Amino acid sequence: MKILVAVKQVPDTATQVKIGADPRAIDTAGITWIVSPYDEFAVEEALRIKEKRGQAEVVAVSLGPERAKEALRACLAMGCDRAIHVNDPALAEADTLATARALAAVAKQEAPQLVLCGRQAIDDDMGAVPAQLADLLGWPCASWIMEETIDVDGKSIRVARQVEGGLEVFDLPLPAVLTAQKGLNEPRYPTLKGIMGAKKKEIKDLKAADLGVAAEPPQLSVVALEALPPRPPGRIIQGDVPTAVKELVRALREEAKAI
Amino acid sequence: MAGAFWCVVEDDRKGRPKKVMSEVLGEATRLGGPAEALWLTDKATDEGLKQLGEWGATKIWLLEHAALAPYRGEVWVGAVAELAAEESPRAIFGPVTSRLRELLARLAARLGVGLAADAVAFAKDGDRLVATRPVYAGKLLSKLTWARSPWIATLRPNVFRPAEAQAGRTAPVERPGVKMPEAQMRFVERREEVSTGLPELTEAEIVLSGGRGMKGPENYVILEEMGAVIGAAVGASRAAVDAGWRPHRFQIGQTGRTISPKLYMGFGVSGAIQHLAGMRTSKVIVAVNKDSEAPIFKIADYGIVADLFEVVPELTKEFKRLLEK
Ligand SMILES: Cc1cc2nc3c(=O)[nH]c(=O)nc-3n(C[C@H](O)[C@H](O)[C@H](O)COP(=O)(O)OP(=O)(O)OC[C@H]3O[C@@H](n4cnc5c(N)ncnc54)[C@H](O)[C@@H]3O)c2cc1C
Ligand SMILES: Nc1ncnc2c1ncn2[C@@H]1O[C@H](COP(=O)(O)O)[C@@H](O)[C@H]1O
Repeated sequence: MKILVAVKQVPDTATQVKIGADPRAIDTAGITWIVSPYDEFAVEEALRIKEKRGQAEVVAVSLGPERAKEALRACLAMGCDRAIHVNDPALAEADTLATARALAAVAKQEAPQLVLCGRQAIDDDMGAVPAQLADLLGWPCASWIMEETIDVDGKSIRVARQVEGGLEVFDLPLPAVLTAQKGLNEPRYPTLKGIMGAKKKEIKDLKAADLGVAAEPPQLSVVALEALPPRPPGRIIQGDVPTAVKELVRALREEAKAI
Repeated sequence: MAGAFWCVVEDDRKGRPKKVMSEVLGEATRLGGPAEALWLTDKATDEGLKQLGEWGATKIWLLEHAALAPYRGEVWVGAVAELAAEESPRAIFGPVTSRLRELLARLAARLGVGLAADAVAFAKDGDRLVATRPVYAGKLLSKLTWARSPWIATLRPNVFRPAEAQAGRTAPVERPGVKMPEAQMRFVERREEVSTGLPELTEAEIVLSGGRGMKGPENYVILEEMGAVIGAAVGASRAAVDAGWRPHRFQIGQTGRTISPKLYMGFGVSGAIQHLAGMRTSKVIVAVNKDSEAPIFKIADYGIVADLFEVVPELTKEFKRLLEK
């Protein structure tokens, strides 16, 4: 069976992000880039399915600028078999829908049984691409999965998805789209052998034209990025514990009206 | 520009809309409305319909069908898309919940329009709508606009001012006939969480968060006791979750839940950037930490530098005294 894993390259969670010269984008100078953490869960799960079944091909795909190759290389080092890089400046301003359209075109070419994604990319935090991809393909989709078992024939998959107040378990016929929630697994670290081996694996570059997708004006566009409004300065309440606690409760009640 | 603001209803799965709908209807009304509720359910209650009217819905589109429970995106999206094609709403809003966040993404793809997820503010700009949403884990805000309508968005709970409920106000109910698409996915079971008896983390107005400073799983009971007194949910930092002290569903932060309560109180939480990502839009932030240099004090409205094990019992006692009055 074939599994496609969609990964996005994002700034490291600890990086300071600053607004760039073009106020619609961040200043990319000095940023460390990583594979979005939820996408690592997706990669890990694909590799586990492959290991359990004894055979499968795991293909990582990413849409992004040249630097996104590093993210794909990291996935290959974890154990993915090959990678596809949708690398076209015409898609630089892709919103979630345009991204989903490009990924849907890849999925049509590759015809995997399963597409694994992250719950959300931690840069735009939209959590939209996977459901949109599923809709464009006409496939079922289960979001925020915490558990998964694929049947022996590779015809359907049982998943437990996190919802308010519990888990909901569904059987999905394949092909299907799943999004990984934290808790699904612990992603492995690439071994030295994996890192060396990754250099020899294929990363195929695709342009929009190769996928038959037109670069279209985005349906959702950024007007501007803004800094957060500053929070009013806070106050450290002094005194011994009983005094400080009394003052805190008074302040929460009378000043902040929060209780 | 014509067309209504549709507000897709999140309910308690027992026929009653959740309180967050008063926020969604309130915002849709403020943006000029008309704010219409779109309710997909297997069973609505009269009480629920009445509630939507009191929150300001000018009309209720009711899609009541056995196939709509439990939620499956592929079924819901077909039903909503069909109705949207007939009625041309100007906007389609819903609160950020497990089902609506997925549904509205899927719907945006079906209709070929933009989606702004997890919005925290809206502004009208002539004929356009501009949404504000946190990006990069809440380190920046992004303002976005749609190329065309319907403008689809999900709204972060606890951020928008709720509609004032007006007793006795009612809304006409329309039951359009739409085709329910065949489901491909099959429901197996629902596994309920062991209830803590406290509110759900993302819905709670007050959240108590315990970090590594809690020292062990057995100590969360002191936060739960306080939670029971003031009606607060109890969450945790990733350090506490990774240590196995709390299940992951209680994690607050970039790789956990995003919350925006009226009051957040962190106990033994240092305030790492990834934790702040999940709670920095809280209205009032309190930090209790014995290290006066802990970064959480930089965004806290009120801080106490002390041992949490001394502060928590005292605070619970004080809250009890206050609320008994
Ligand atoms: C990719 C990535 C994603 C992440 N996602 C998240 C996330 O979603 N959520 C999250 O929370 N973190 C996340 N983290 C982890 C984050 O960086 C921090 O490690 C974590 O938040 C620290 O948790 P903490 O504040 O409980 O622990 P610590 O940083 O260890 O802080 C404990 C605090 O408790 C105080 N303390 C100790 N004893 C007491 C006492 N008796 N009384 C009072 N105070 C006391 C200490 O002074 C200290 O400040 C993520 C990290 C990465 C790399
Ligand atoms: N540019 C991209 N390339 C590959 N996969 C992506 C891309 N953007 C989003 N995804 C996938 O979709 C998920 C959700 O992304 P988002 O909707 O942007 O939050 C991510 O976790 C990825 O699995």
